[in-house]
Parts: sequence; C-alpha cells; structure tokens
Amino acid sequence: MEAAIDTQKISMKSLPAFEALASGHRACQGCGEVLAMRLAMKALGERIIVVSATGCMEVITTPYPQTSWLVPWMHVAFENASAVGSGVAGALLALARKGRLAGDDTKIVIMGGDGGTSDIGLQSLSGALERGHDFVYLCFDNEAYMNTGIQRSSATPRCAWTTTCPLGEEQPGKQEAKKDLVGIVEKHHIPYLATATPAYPFDLMNKVRRGAQVKGPAFIHVLAPCPTGWRIPTQEVIKVARLAVQTRDYPLYEVVNGKYILGKPGKNVKPVSEYLKAQGRFKHLSENDLEAIQQEVDERFAQLQWLASRP
Amino acid sequence: MSNRVGIEVSIAVAEAVGLCDVDVVAAYPITPQTHIVEHLADLVAESKLDAEYIAVESEHSAISAVMGASATGGRAFTATASQGLALMHEILFAVSSLRLPVVMAVANRAVSAPINIWADLSDVMPQRDTGWVQLFAENGQEAYDLMVQAFRLAEDHRVLLPVMVNLDGFTLSHMIEPITMMEREEVRSFLPPIEPARLLDPDHPRSIGPFGAQDVYTEAKMQQEMALLRSEEVMEEIWRDFEAQFGRRYRAVESYRTGDAEVVLVTMGAVSETARAAVDEMRAQGIAVGLVRIRMWRPLPQEQLRQALEGAKVVAVLDRMLTPGGTGGPVGEALRSIFYDAPVRPRIHEVVAGLGGREINRRTFKEIVRQALAGQEQVRQFTLLDVRCA
Repeated sequence: MEAAIDTQKISMKSLPAFEALASGHRACQGCGEVLAMRLAMKALGERIIVVSATGCMEVITTPYPQTSWLVPWMHVAFENASAVGSGVAGALLALARKGRLAGDDTKIVIMGGDGGTSDIGLQSLSGALERGHDFVYLCFDNEAYMNTGIQRSSATPRCAWTTTCPLGEEQPGKQEAKKDLVGIVEKHHIPYLATATPAYPFDLMNKVRRGAQVKGPAFIHVLAPCPTGWRIPTQEVIKVARLAVQTRDYPLYEVVNGKYILGKPGKNVKPVSEYLKAQGRFKHLSENDLEAIQQEVDERFAQLQWLASRP
Repeated sequence: MSNRVGIEVSIAVAEAVGLCDVDVVAAYPITPQTHIVEHLADLVAESKLDAEYIAVESEHSAISAVMGASATGGRAFTATASQGLALMHEILFAVSSLRLPVVMAVANRAVSAPINIWADLSDVMPQRDTGWVQLFAENGQEAYDLMVQAFRLAEDHRVLLPVMVNLDGFTLSHMIEPITMMEREEVRSFLPPIEPARLLDPDHPRSIGPFGAQDVYTEAKMQQEMALLRSEEVMEEIWRDFEAQFGRRYRAVESYRTGDAEVVLVTMGAVSETARAAVDEMRAQGIAVGLVRIRMWRPLPQEQLRQALEGAKVVAVLDRMLTPGGTGGPVGEALRSIFYDAPVRPRIHEVVAGLGGREINRRTFKEIVRQALAGQEQVRQFTLLDVRCA
C-alpha cells in the first residue's frame, strides 16, 4: 500500500485545509521557518509520523504540557533524527508484515535545521539516505544556529555576520563558503531532491508532495529566512526569500532520479547585492565583497544550468 | 523437551533474541560484541527471524534507531561494547526517560586509551546513572536466560524501562559453553507479545520527547526513578515465574558459602565463577571465606546486599573499573554507602583489578583475601592490584 499522500497538484483552489500545527506557536514574529513547516505539513496531510531534530521548531511547538502537533511527533536529540526515523521506518515495515498495524500507509517525515542537518546530523542523514528508508527529509535552512542565538554553521554563507563569526578587522564575518549540502545529498543518488522557499508557497507544497510520493528517501531543502538572525524587519521575510531566488543566490530546482530540472527562469534577474543589502547581517560588505559574491553566484548558476542541460 | 548444547555464548545470546521475536535490530559492529549481531543477521537472512535488520552507520544511530522502532510499537534490540557504548551515552538517558522498553546486550570491554579490546567494566560503569536496568551475567546460560527475561521486564507496564544485559567480552562472550536452549513455544508462553504503552500512531497523535522546563522536569525524573525502583520486585516476580517454567533460579544477589564467613568477596560478571572455585580451595585450607555476586546492579538491591553481607568481618570488593581520582571503584563506593548507617559495619577492603583484560584467576582472589584478612593498609581507600609502577 502506498503512503496516503494526496497526489493532486496544490493550487489556490485546491489548497489543503489540513493543519498539522495548532495555532499559537512560540516562534519569533515573522519566522520563515515555522511558515515553511506549516506549508510542508499541509502538503503532507495527517497520515504522517514526524521525527524532529532539536532546534527552534522543536522548542517552539512542544513546551510540555502543551504541544502544537496534531500529528504524531517525536524528538530525541540534535544529531540523530535521521537514525530515529530509520527505526520508525523499520518498525512500520516489520509490524505491517506481521499484521500488527491497522494500515501501513504512514509516511515518515524527518526534519531538522541547517545545523541539525549539515553539521551535527550529517552522518545520520547520510546513513539513512544510503540505506534508502522510505521518508521525506525537510531541511529548514536559516543559515546559522538560531535557536542558541545566531552562531555560525557550515550553512552560513560567506561574509555573513553571526555571533561566532563577528565583524573584526581580521575576520569580517564568515570567511568560508556555505557547505554544498544539496550537492552532498545529491551524491547519495536518492529518487527525489528539491530546493524551495516559503516565498513560493505552492512550489514548496508541490515539491513536498512530490517527494512524499516517491518510494525511498526524498530531500527538500528549504531556505527559511530568520528575521532575528538575518537582521531583517519581520514584514520583509517573504520579500527577502523571494530576492534570494530572483537574484539566483538560491535557485529553485529539482533532481528527479538524477535529472536536474531548473525552475522557470525569472524575467529580470536582479543583482545579488539587492538580496544582501536587504539584510543586516551583510551590512558591512564592501563593493569588492559584493562583486566577489556576484561572481560566485553566477558561477554556481552556470554550473546548475550545465547540470540541467544534461539528458 | 529443551536441549543442552555446546555453543558460543554470543551465538546463544543472538538465538535468545531471535526466540523473543524481535521486530527491529539496529546494530553496528564492534569487538567483542560483533558475533551477536552477525548471528542475528544470519537469522534474519535465513528467515528464522522476521525482523527488520538496520545496519546503521554508528552506535549512536543504533541506539537512536531502536528508540524510533520502540516508539512505533516494535520490540527492538541492539548490542554494543566499549567505545560504542560510550558513543551511545547521550542517547541512553533519552531511552530511559522516554520509557522505551529497549533491550541491549553489552559485551563489556575496556575503553580507550590505550585502545584495548579486552574485558573490564569501564564501558558500562560510566553508564550507571543513565536510568537503565543493568544486569550482569556470570556464564553462558545466564546470558542466554537474561535476554528473554530482559524483554519481559522492560515491557512490563509497571516498569517500561530499557534493560542492559552485560556479559564480559571474550572471557564470556566468546566462550563455548553448555547451554540449555529454550523452544520458541516455551519462550512465547513466558514472554507475552509486546503491548506498547505509547505509540507514534496517526490515529492517536502524540508528542513524544517534548521540551520540559523547570516546572515538570523534576516530576518526570521522579516518575522514572519510581519505575526503576519498582523494577526490582517485578524482576523477582519474573524470576519466580522463570524458575517455575524452566527450573533455573535467579536472584538479584547470589550468596555462596557466606554462612560463617569471616571475609566475603564481592564480584560481578564472569570472574564470579573463578571466585567460587577460589572460595572452595580456600575453604579446604580452613579459611572462612564466602562470595556474594551482584547480578542486578541497577536498581541496586540495597537491602539484599546488606543482608547478604551481614555478619562478615571483612568485605573484599573486586571492582573492574578505576574511578580516577576517587575512592576505588563504583561497587566499593556503593557498599560503603550501604553500610555507613548500619549498626555493625564490616571493614571494606576495596580492590581494583582485571583492567583491560588482565587475568583474574584463583590466585588473584586468594591474594585479595590474604590482603583483606591481614588488614593491609589502603591508600585512598583502595588497592590497585598487581600494578608494576608507582
């Protein structure tokens, strides 16, 4: 039996009424991550088990005795969500085979932030991807350890300010490039991989839904702006997320069974400086920095176009 | 009828787990535990065990995966040793705190550095306070029987805690011993099907592992403590049932020739058989010596230990782990604590020995008893036996 994920394409008319999260969470105002999570859950529906890494989303949804979750949810630690999810997958298979489950249509959803995915949880993610369990992984990337107060992660972009890559004469912000997590995941040759942001909600929901329909691991990387850590006004979170895509700093694409499919090209591509200048964490950048970043963005996009041009 | 066969203890342990009809095995290889999980892989591959075998990429993931499996309602097993157990450390607390009835075998081995693959208890003793029930096997039969008993204890709704079954690496795990094997039907009648108490179930959504602040954390710990203390009497009940069905008697604390003993040795694990032989030889020489062996380490059967050692003039404790900078080893510390308030206190002679697989034989116990009876002075309340420096 296939997982009970609705296969219908989500549009304004067919927007699912389903909510996995009760209203009244404790995230910061304007949080891009909780919005992305809500949209993803709408696409997935109620026949899911969520395994969460430690992070903002865990803390803001489950202060005992309250919980925001209307679907089964489990949290153990920071680095092991993929391993816990692997065990859930194993048990579902064994129990279904032995006739001890009412239905075997449950989809496993594992989620973590950028730290829980590309740093401390990378090993357990890699193990779970390699073993090929049937799950959707949602990485909500806000490009730093926001839950502990804005510390650098491997997903923090070059030049960005955080509290552990502060602005000093020696080191003005992060000196190293953002880790290519999506590239690392792609090399596990899983059936479905996509990038998304809550600025394009229908694109995000439909990618999550496509990922949930494949058998085996699916990975959705979501760029989720954090107004607190990115130093942006709370009302500009969506605008900034949209600029990330419009400037090609964060291109939207899918990799389906190894085939790269690039999202529709925007009509007028904006310079990356528009995206960066909208954020306080980049306010120290010089014109030289902006030029260097623009060059990196162009090179990365050309590489992606080349990948997408392959049959 | 049950049959008695010569079998490697690791293989027997895996056979016992197989008889328990586990649903998920998650495992990572580490010496000297590996034969257990290799044999479980064989049982699954040969369709003798209908389980999902998850070959994880680390011990940290092994313990995490069995947590997920257990929370989904499956009977879950893993095994490890030494560095693997140390790597699991963080998650061990979560298994017990989330009250998941996972069972784990530990083939006890020293921890690095220097890297050393042989037996002592320095892997398990630092896990003392992780909230698991911790049992120690003396021989193959016991390791085999404890596996089956462990699942029943863990899954009992009065307990709902993980259980760790310890067997000394190599000196027990790799021995070929005569073991009376159980039949699948016998195990089924002893061990009922798992009835999970809390489940990840879309029809009954629940949040497992939430954020618990100052207002609830203490209460959560107290409930866990009450369940762990309760497990002692539930274990006794299970052991009575086991004896009724299989004829083998188990106790939390075993006493041997302690009746009129002036000095009583206290041991854990496989060296206890050697200690028993040494007691017999010393008795033949007229030395009034006995042996108390601790099978259940957590929860600590305090009252049983106090009674077992009552009347002894000297208690000679063997610890197979050094607690650096402390007062010897964990067993010695526990006994001192138990007797501190007693009206009549035995003198406690604490010995740390057998580290990293260094041999413990009958001569070792005779030397310990000789030193204990002679009242040999102890620096910082213990003696590191048989050490060539310092």
